[in-house]
Amino acid sequence: MPQLPRHFRLAVPLLAVSLLVSCAEQQVASGINDPYEQSNRQTHEFNLALSNAVAGMVDGDSDGGPVTKVAANFAANLGLPNKILNSLLQGRIEPAVMNTLRLVVNTTFGVGGLFDAAGTSFDLPEQYTDFGETLYVWGVGEGAYLELPVIGPSTERDAAGKVVDFFLDPLGTVLTEREHNAVRVLRGAGNAAGKLRYAGSVSDMLQGSADSYAQARLIYLQNRRFALGATSDDDVFDPYAE
Amino acid sequence: MMTFLTPMPNKTLTRRSFAASVAAGFALVAVPRPAFALDDASARALIDRALADVNEIINSGRSEARMLADFEGVFTRYADVTTIARTTLGAAARQATAAQMSEYTRAFGIYISHKYGRRFREFIGAQIDITGSRPLKSFYEVRSVAHLQGTAPFELLWYVSGASGRDLFFNIVIEGVDLLNSERVEMGAMLDRRRGDINAFIADLRALG
Repeated sequence: MPQLPRHFRLAVPLLAVSLLVSCAEQQVASGINDPYEQSNRQTHEFNLALSNAVAGMVDGDSDGGPVTKVAANFAANLGLPNKILNSLLQGRIEPAVMNTLRLVVNTTFGVGGLFDAAGTSFDLPEQYTDFGETLYVWGVGEGAYLELPVIGPSTERDAAGKVVDFFLDPLGTVLTEREHNAVRVLRGAGNAAGKLRYAGSVSDMLQGSADSYAQARLIYLQNRRFALGATSDDDVFDPYAE
Repeated sequence: MMTFLTPMPNKTLTRRSFAASVAAGFALVAVPRPAFALDDASARALIDRALADVNEIINSGRSEARMLADFEGVFTRYADVTTIARTTLGAAARQATAAQMSEYTRAFGIYISHKYGRRFREFIGAQIDITGSRPLKSFYEVRSVAHLQGTAPFELLWYVSGASGRDLFFNIVIEGVDLLNSERVEMGAMLDRRRGDINAFIADLRALG
């Protein structure tokens, strides 16, 4: 990535956000909004083939072993500053504090983040969040469903959030651009290592389905809305009320 | 609080552990009559009893085939298979003959109990705590939290209704993902594959069981 002036680096995510806010429709979505289904299905075929190829390279049932685990831990630790910042942008202090403690513990006792000391010995599991959630808190609508190459199921809001998360990283303020890019590569590689561990079981589950695209879409949307707290009792289906 | 399920050393809720939790969930709810007379404490007691049933099966040391058959029995005792089957078939349920519906319901019961029963082994050693219940629409929601080693605890909900004449569960929701919707998508896709031919679809479903 070329060297960008600092104020310009901030401008990219801000532009993405303003684009997104302008196309936001509703706050809480319940059904399935998939106008790009045709191209999404093509991406899905690609992702399935990729996932099968990966599962074929590693032993489908193994959990990856210690090396992938350490890589995943290291990547997750480098991702904490971004999560702390997102929690603060959402006005949520508690997860920000917990992730800060986690960062301190894993960076020290966890030997620079190689081991998850906070999770195993201090009962401080990672408080997951991302800029997609920040956008939700700010009132941005979910947008259309998207299946992204390699990454998998997403929505317009979550995809924009991923772009912003790439830039929105407090580590960037203490590292040179070159160091920061190295961190991005490590995070990407570590996350991929984390993904490898489950590639086998994910493709197992989807391959057993008559329509794995529709299953993946349903699971993603339901689970994401649950994680965001964007569900309502009114949407609960009651088969006896028909 | 019961300990019986087996964790894979997973860090997140994968689809595998999701299916395994659904499998556990199916066997966990036992609800007696009368409908809506359930309170938090009795719901808790009933689920503990169902957990004991399941625990006995998976620790019996029987063959997998035998365990699947036992699990099928648990499923038919505690779940409203008729309603789940009819709901997952969607609009086609109204076009099917009574004979087709009864064939389908039988095939579906075997399919669903085997599908989730096969995932059981992964759950030995897990711990599920019932945390409460509340009325929701025309039924009851029983809440619980599942603890698997090395994984953040996750939420399991059971929807229980007395509308069939007995109190039975008709849906399980794991971290927002619900079985009824998931199987509705699945049955719809299988029926589409056969261009709406219900008999061919039932034969496919039976082959999966």
